[in-house]
Parts: sequence; C-alpha cells; structure tokens
Amino acid sequence: MRIELVKRPQRSALFSMLSPFIAFVLTVIAGAIMFALLGVNPAKALYAYFISPLTEVWQLHELAIKAAPLILIAVGLSVCFRANIWNIGAEGQFTIGAVTGSILPVLYPDLSAAYVLPLMLLMGMIGGAAYATIPAFLKARFNTNEILTSLMLVYVSQLFLDWMVRGPWRDPQGFNFPQTVLFNESARLPEMLSSGRANLGFAFSIVAAVLVWLMMSRMLKGFEVRVLGSSPRAGRFAGFSINRMVFFAFMLSGALAGLAGISEVSGAIGRLQPTISPGYGFAAIIVAFLGRLNPLGIIAAGLVLGLTYLGGEAAQATLGVSDKLARVFQGMLLFFVLGCDTLIHYRIRIVGRPAPAADTLVAQEGAH
Amino acid sequence: MSLHEGAANLLEVRGLTKIFGSLKACDSIDLGIAKGEIHALLGENGAGKSTLVKMLFGSLEPHSGEILWNGQSVRITNPGVAKKLGIGMVFQHFSLFEALTAAENIALSLDDGAPISTIAAKARALSYSYGLPLDPEALVGDLSVGERQRIEIIRCLLQTPDLIILDEPTSVLTPQEADKLFETLERLRSEGKSILYISHRLEEVKRMCDRATVLRHGKVVGHCNPREETASSLARMMVGSEVRTVERPPAEGMNKAESLLEIVNLNRRPATPFSIPLKNINLSVRAGEVVGIAGVAGNGQGEFFEAVSGEVLQQDKASVRIRGKQVGGLDITGRRLLGAAFVPEERLGHGAAPRMKLSENLLLSRHATDGKAFVGTAGMIEGKAIYSAAQRIIEVMDVRKSAPDPEAASLSGGNLQKFIVGRELDRKPSVMIVNQPTWGVDAGAAAHIRQALIELARNGSAVLVISQDLDELFEISDAIAVMHDGELSQKLPIAEATYEKIGLLMGGAEPGHAATAHATETAEVA
Amino acid sequence: MDIWISILLTIATAATPLLIAAMGELVAERAGVLNLGVEGMMIMGAVAGFGAGYLTGSPWLGVIAAIIVGVLFSLLFAFMTLTLATNQVATGLSLTILGLGLSGMLGTSFVGLPGVRLPNLDIPGLTSLPGVGRLLFGQDPIFYLSIALVIAVAWFLFRSRTGLTMRAIGDSHTSAHALGIQVIRYRYLAVMFGGACAGLAGAHLSLVYTPQWVENMSAGRGWIALALVVFASWRPWRVLAGAYIFGAIWIGQLHVQAIDLSSFANSSWLIYQPIALIKSLPSQFLSSLPYLATILVLVLISRNKRLTMMNTPASLAQPFVPER
Repeated sequence: MRIELVKRPQRSALFSMLSPFIAFVLTVIAGAIMFALLGVNPAKALYAYFISPLTEVWQLHELAIKAAPLILIAVGLSVCFRANIWNIGAEGQFTIGAVTGSILPVLYPDLSAAYVLPLMLLMGMIGGAAYATIPAFLKARFNTNEILTSLMLVYVSQLFLDWMVRGPWRDPQGFNFPQTVLFNESARLPEMLSSGRANLGFAFSIVAAVLVWLMMSRMLKGFEVRVLGSSPRAGRFAGFSINRMVFFAFMLSGALAGLAGISEVSGAIGRLQPTISPGYGFAAIIVAFLGRLNPLGIIAAGLVLGLTYLGGEAAQATLGVSDKLARVFQGMLLFFVLGCDTLIHYRIRIVGRPAPAADTLVAQEGAH
Repeated sequence: MSLHEGAANLLEVRGLTKIFGSLKACDSIDLGIAKGEIHALLGENGAGKSTLVKMLFGSLEPHSGEILWNGQSVRITNPGVAKKLGIGMVFQHFSLFEALTAAENIALSLDDGAPISTIAAKARALSYSYGLPLDPEALVGDLSVGERQRIEIIRCLLQTPDLIILDEPTSVLTPQEADKLFETLERLRSEGKSILYISHRLEEVKRMCDRATVLRHGKVVGHCNPREETASSLARMMVGSEVRTVERPPAEGMNKAESLLEIVNLNRRPATPFSIPLKNINLSVRAGEVVGIAGVAGNGQGEFFEAVSGEVLQQDKASVRIRGKQVGGLDITGRRLLGAAFVPEERLGHGAAPRMKLSENLLLSRHATDGKAFVGTAGMIEGKAIYSAAQRIIEVMDVRKSAPDPEAASLSGGNLQKFIVGRELDRKPSVMIVNQPTWGVDAGAAAHIRQALIELARNGSAVLVISQDLDELFEISDAIAVMHDGELSQKLPIAEATYEKIGLLMGGAEPGHAATAHATETAEVA
Repeated sequence: MDIWISILLTIATAATPLLIAAMGELVAERAGVLNLGVEGMMIMGAVAGFGAGYLTGSPWLGVIAAIIVGVLFSLLFAFMTLTLATNQVATGLSLTILGLGLSGMLGTSFVGLPGVRLPNLDIPGLTSLPGVGRLLFGQDPIFYLSIALVIAVAWFLFRSRTGLTMRAIGDSHTSAHALGIQVIRYRYLAVMFGGACAGLAGAHLSLVYTPQWVENMSAGRGWIALALVVFASWRPWRVLAGAYIFGAIWIGQLHVQAIDLSSFANSSWLIYQPIALIKSLPSQFLSSLPYLATILVLVLISRNKRLTMMNTPASLAQPFVPER
C-alpha cells in the first residue's frame, strides 16, 4: 500500500479555506491522545487548555497581549514567505527592536513628554529593520543563505540583550538584578480599555494586518511580491528585481518585528530584561502558515497561537503538566497545517499493491 | 502486414487508455510493431504521442488496455520492467544528469554493477562503431545537445534492446546530424531491431519509416505506409482538416527602412557554469522585416534573448540599440517603454506565472507600459481595466479556455502561447523579439501566431524570431542568421538561404564563410 | 605539550557532534532533500539518549535510543516532504520547533539529575603512551565512529553504485524517475540516515560532552551543522575540516572565558596583554563568536556564485511528485 498524490487541475478553493480548521481539529485530537498518554483526563485537559483561558474578560485581555506580537511579526513574515524569502530571524529583529526602542527611556529615565512613546516605537521599528538588513544585504550581495544567517543573528541578538541588561544598561538601584530601570509612564504603551491589561500593541497588529492585506491584494507592490515568490523568472521578465525585493521584505518584516519588540517591552513588561519573548519570533512562523500567509487569516491564527501560550500556563497551573506543552502544540499545529495544505493542490489516493495476475509473469520477473 | 497478425508483432497494444483528470490523453489506442521495422508515430503536439510511449516504457500507468510483448500479455509497471523486456527509450527531454559524467550516466541505467571504467570502455567502443563518438569522461553539463543525445542513444543501445523508442530525436539536430542519425537507425533495422519513431516532421517519416500510425486528440485516426502518402496527405491526417498556410506578402522598400533593432558587438560572459558565452554578435532588424535566428538548442539563444530583452544588462551601453537609442544599461522595463516587446521561450514560469490568472499575467509584462490604464494612484491595481483588456486579447487571439479568467497553467500550451504573444501584439510594439514562438504548439495555433508576427512586421515593426524549427523560419523570415556556440552568422536573405546552407552553419561551419558555402553550392549547380 | 593535547581533546569533543550531524545532513542533501530539522532531531536524540541512559544505567542503550528517536523524527519529516510533498523549508522548521518543545517537555523530570557517561577508550599500553596516546587511543567511542563515518560516507557517495544513484537523484529527480529509479524510496533512506546521525550527535552531547540534561542543550549546533554542509560544498572531507574549525572556535571562546588571568601574571607581556584584552571583552561577545563565525564562513563560501551553483545539488529542496 502506498499514498499517491494526484494533481488537481485547479487549486481547491474548498481546502484552501478548510485546511487551517482541519489542522486545528487534528491538533486537538493529537493533543487529547498526548494527554491520555501523560495520564491526564483528555477532556479535562483540553478544557483547561483551550476553554478555561477564555472564560473571563481579563483573560481575553491576556490573549490580546499574547496575540499582538504574534500577529505583528507574522504579518511581516507572510510578505517574506510569499516572496519566497526565508526570514527565520524575526526573534532577533524583535529583540533588537526592543533594545533600540528602549534607548530613550533607559538613558533618559526622567524624560516625560508626549513625543517619547512615538519616538520609541519609531526607533524600535528602525532597529528591527536595520537588523534585518544584515541578512538581506548578505543574500543580495554575496548570495548567502538567508535562513542560516538570519537564524544565527537571533543567538547574537539575545547575547547582545543579555550583555546590555547585565552591563551598561543595568539599573543601578536594581539590587544587581539583570534588568533596566522601569520605564516611566510616558514611555509605557497605554492600555486600550479599563477592563484589562491589553494595550495599544493589539491595535497596531490589527492596523498592520489590514494595511499589508491591502498591499498584497490590491497594489502593484503586492503583485510584485507574489510574482517574484511564485515564479522568480517571470518576475524578472516583468522587470521586478529580486534583490530589491529581498531588502523590501526583510526590512518590512524586520520593522514589524521591531515594533512588536518595543511594544512588548513598553507595554506588557515595562523594562528590558534578559528574556523578553517566549519565542514569539518562531511561533509567528507558525501563525503565518496557519493564517495561510493571508494577513487577515493571520489575525485569527495569532489568537489561536496566543491561546496555546495561555493554555500552556493554565494547564501547568491546574494539571501540573509542563508549560513546554505549548511548544509541542505549536509544532504539531504547523505540521498539520503544512500537511493539510497538500490537499489544496493534490488529491490523495491510497493505492493497494496491484494483485499479480497469471499473465504478468514476465513483468513480475522484471520487478525482482 | 496487418494489425491482426498479433503473433508476428514484437509489440502489440490493444485499447490502451490514459486519463489525466477529465482529459483523455490516450483513448483506446491500438498499435502493432513488427520485428525489424521502423514504425512512425505521427501526431501534432498534444495528440498523445508522448503519453503513449511513456506507458510503453513504464513511466506512466495506463487506465485500461493491454500490452503484448512477443504475443504475451505484460504489465510494464516501471521503466526497469521495460528495460528487462528489451524496450529502450531515447527521451525528447533528455533524462540525463548534468553534474555527472557520460559514463556515470550510462552506468545508472545498467543494472549489471560493472565498474564505471568497464562501462566507459564499452560505451566508447560502441559509440565509435556506430559513428556516434563520445567521451565517457566528459561532464554532461558541458556537452552540446547533439552530444547529449548521443549519450542517450548509446545508453539505450548498451541495454541491447529489441525495441527502441525515439521521441522527436531530430528536433535538436542540424539537418546534417539528422542524416547521420538516420544512417544509424537504418543500420539498427538491418540488425533486426524494431524502432518506434515519434515525429511531427513528415519528410523524414516519409523517407525512413516502413509504417506509420497517426494520432489525433488521443485517438488513432489511421495506419498507413508513409512512402505512399504525400506530405500534405499526412498533414491532413494529423490535423484533421486542411492545414492553414501562412502568407508572407513581399516586403516593399525594406532596404531603405530604418533599423529599429541593432545589436553591435554584443559580448556576454557565461553567467552559470553550464551557460554559453556570447561572442561579438552583430545584427540589425529593419522596420517591416522579420529576421529569423536559427540554431540548435543550447548554442546561446537563451543568453542572447536575456541580453537583448534587458533581463540582463550590458556593460557596453551601445551594444543594444532600440529605435536608435543605446539601451545596454536599461532594464527590461526601460526597453519596453521604448516600444520593444518580448516573448521568452519558456511559457510557464518565464513568460507567464503558472498559478496566476490570465488577467494577472497581462499585468506581468505591461504594468509599466500601460501604467496609467492598469495601475492607479498610490499603486492600486485597476482590476476592471485589466480584466477587459485580457478579454480583448483572448478574443483577438482565439484563446480557448474553460473559465472566464483561468490560471495560466490550466491552459493548453498552444492557447497559452497565443495569449502570451497576443499580450505583446496588443501593444503594437515597434520591436518584437520572440524566442521559439510555436514550440510545442498545435498546427492551428502555430499558423495563427506566425501570421500575426508577419502582419506586425508588414505594419512597420521590426520582428526578430529565434527558433530551432527551420520549417518555421523558412515560412516567416525575410532573412535568416544562424547562432552557433555563442556566435551569430551574417544574415542571409531568404531567397539565398537553403536548408543545406543553414544546416552547415548550425553545425558550426565558419559563420563568416556563409557566403563561401553559398558560392560552392552555386558552383555545383552550375 | 600536555596542555595542547588536552586542548585538542576538547576540540575533538566539541567537533564530534557537529561532524556527525553534518555528515547525515550531507547525505540527505546530496539526495536532494534539505532537512532544516537537524536541531530538532539532535535535541530529541539528546533527551532520548540521556533518558534511556539514566533509566537503564547503560550509556550504550542511551546511544541506541537516541539513534532510534532521531530516525523516527526524521521519518515524520520524510513522510511530510516526500509523501505529502510539503515545503521542505517550512517542514524542517516545524520539526525543529516540535523537537525543542517535545524535548523540553519530556526532559522536565531529568533536569538536574546526574547522567551516565560513555566511557573513553582505554587500551592498555597504547592509551598511556606519552603525548599522542590519549589523542589516538583514549577518546570516547563516538569520536571514532565519527571518523569512520566520514570515510564511509566519502566511499559510499563517490565509490559505490548506490551512492552514484543518490547523487543522481540529487542532481535531477525527474531524470532519475524517467529511468525507473525509485526516487522517493532512496530519499526516505537518505533522510533516515540524516536522522540517525542527528540522533547520535545528540547522544554525544548528553552522554559524552556534558553528561546531563539541560533544556535546549544543542544550542544551535544543528544549525551550525547545516551551515557546515554548505561551507564544505557538500564534500565529506571538507565537513571534517569545517567541524574541527568550529569545534576550535567553540572551545576557544569557552576556554578564554574560564581562564584565570592571575595565573598568567608572571608570563611575558606578549602573552599577558592579549589575554587580558580578550578577557576584558564581555563574555556574551565571546559566546556569540561561533554564530558570527558561521555567518562569516557562509559569506566567504557563497561569494563565488558560479562555484556554489556548481556544487549545490541541483534538485535540492525542490518538491517532487511523480506522475503516474
């Protein structure tokens, strides 16, 4: 028995829509099996994981806080991936954006003015974009594989942040804790509603998603991204430049990741510390694919991934299972999404071994 | 010999059917091949020839039908089985590995596990005995198309097959190389081998083949003895109706017309390990003129197209001139804005993005030239204007499709090519450069495209056609130049060009000596 | 003399997991499959190796468990990319994400436990030879395995018929398919070999290098192994060289961080000053050296576009769906 793929004449609109949902259901099923293997009642565990974090208003705010950076980063990555450019280093651009965005509140902790926050956000975006320019430049100029360079820069950025908060930027009054001063009020991202902690970061993510959606579906630039990504030679024939696209995609996604970084620091955390991200930059890769590289789909996908983080924390608290479970769920989700995407372009046929007939003697011999 | 003498046939095919999605690529095909005959399989592009032979070689699985080998029913489940039976194949799109040597390529299809050096020695000996010399140590990527075909043939012969299938073998050869191949095939026939010869070239089928089976739209439409037919009666069987001929009205006063496209001392270094450098190319195309560039595949045509279209820029700005302007430093968009239009060889993935709609593919080459109509303020795409322009082209070029605005990949080769050519003609370009205008296109669409190119020229544009199909070039060109190993010969006015002369140039006779070849021939005639 | 021997020994220990993982990936890539999940397979190998070793007390069972888990994990990748023809880059990434998460979860209870260590070779009379004795005859078994692996892979790829077939598939899967070569079957084998190697490399980390379980203990080595394959232009012996260069960088920065400057107080100015200078650099900078070095070598090697194109398996990372 073997599995065969049969190409569809046209891509299936049905599976194009359904595949993320099928993937989610499969993930939940796989999760149930995993819980059972861990000796936890699957129904209870799934409730604790996926439902209980949504039952109260403050929890929805937490979800928005988790989803905001995921959506912001994933929207940028979707442009990269559509252009067939593999920026795997969003976690690093997030980190550097957080550092450059924090220059003002750390060096001038008493500065209190309306321009402080916008300036911080801008500097965060510039920092993220600049850091993303490194792999872009290496790819465009030296043809260096961007997957590996952008990933290596993640490790470098994290070490850089570690050095900053333990060294030059450490809070002198911080009892030797590796962290900067707490940002003052004018350097904090305001909360959106009085009912909870969710801050403007979520609004940024929605605005970014809508703008990028507009670009990708209605503008010549988006067309350029799609052509260069799906058939680069046709893109060159159209007069589009692959090298320029490398810079554009990297800088756009770097800027959005940087914005996510400074929003996280000035919003949910309030200061710089050695660890500012539970792997948002990598989880955003999953969000981008789960959202089928469509910015509007990414909003929904970001909420789902945000839920896996909250569910992981909740499950750890109520069931005593490891919070690493969230990473497992995320990994499985991406696997299932990629698998289901196959259904968009192919039908799957399961072929049994053909029964040998009497008159196929010669062919049988040949097969041995 | 009739079809019903099944036992006498080496290979017998009964009711073989293959379905792709909703398309019946082969519809209950019957075919018999006798021992020691050269059997032609004739048909247009898309008639189902390649699908049929892939089933015979085990690359594709038939939906229904039966294959008999020496009178016994067999199931050819993969090429290994076919090889064991004694069926060998020379592919149209070679199945060679560029990064490996000729000997390694040959070793991969022999199952005897002999050391490479032994195989190399055998291959060398066999190749010389058939007059198809090859160097077993050479890297395939470095070889010309003709040399690659030799490897394919030697590889096939080393398996000592009883039946050899050749899929369009002469499409990559010069006329002289083709003659050489025919000698080899006749020798094989005299050794008792059977040959299934696939072609759409009628003259060579008439010349060599003992019997012919004609396919149309996946069905067998007739068996015949090609020697008793005329080229036009065979063509009628293939196409199913009278073949439309292309008319080429005489060009008036062309010698005085200005040159719209000029190539002056164009040089280009190889961009990839296996690409051809361009050496000192000179050419001019006048308004009203169709100039053809002949040449065997892989002699620099692709590199030349990239350089002239501006997909690759030139150091020397004066080496390409469009309407008198030096454009070597302009990219493809800049050259288009000067009134040039381009049609590349590869349809899917170069001339069109396969997974995009036709309207989006219209935008592909015209987003800049029709900037105002198709792209609005702030870079927003004007979907409606593009859609209606696409529909206009579809109508003018008679593009057959299954949906109002289908994906490029869902169209047949001929229909997509009509759209791509139409997309450029719609702009009324003053310079048009086309690489392989009708490659893999059915006869009706090919005639339509060729006629459109001639009309464009006669209305005052300069048209440059790069093609490997000599018949096509003789049909539409006012003058023909030949490209060989990155060099271009002087152009010969069509009145002076013959297949023989062009063939010699394609095979690498000194480009400068085209005139000499001409002189010798005239002398012989005299 | 002794200090150099011991530095060489630690370099070998640091280089071995890189070498093994890169060797496996090299075979997969030669067959045309880009598996970015090396890091994930490696960390799964590390946790499985530690767990099995700890629970059974036998480091050898740990090694076997690591290899099995590596193969199983690679099968997941193979099924997705070869049978379902998913994007190799994205699937490899998800394998890494899943591996890092799953190993973290499975390893929660192992944190802080004392592990077992694979004993070093000890041949009476030879190991105790002065100088080269320990270097040649006193290392861990996986070290010898890694060297044997290089020889075996080099022989396999360039001398054996099956290796020729693998390279042919990596060059053009369509041609291979047309000739009747079972492209997908060979690729499954190549990917599984890569998985076994990554698992073994992980076992080396948790059973030899630092015999304990630490979350994310692979620390990007899987990615560096991927870079090594590019750096080596897909040639086994160059992978060996590259792995030892990286091993040296990895060890070098650790040594410098650990050096006690006062012990050099009496040394000459020429030795003391450079060491003092390096010591004055932040430790984070030293820690980032292996990653920066990776970027540097990738730039150096890929700068020559022609050469890269010449060496890269032509069908690398291209999806393949046979037409039937």
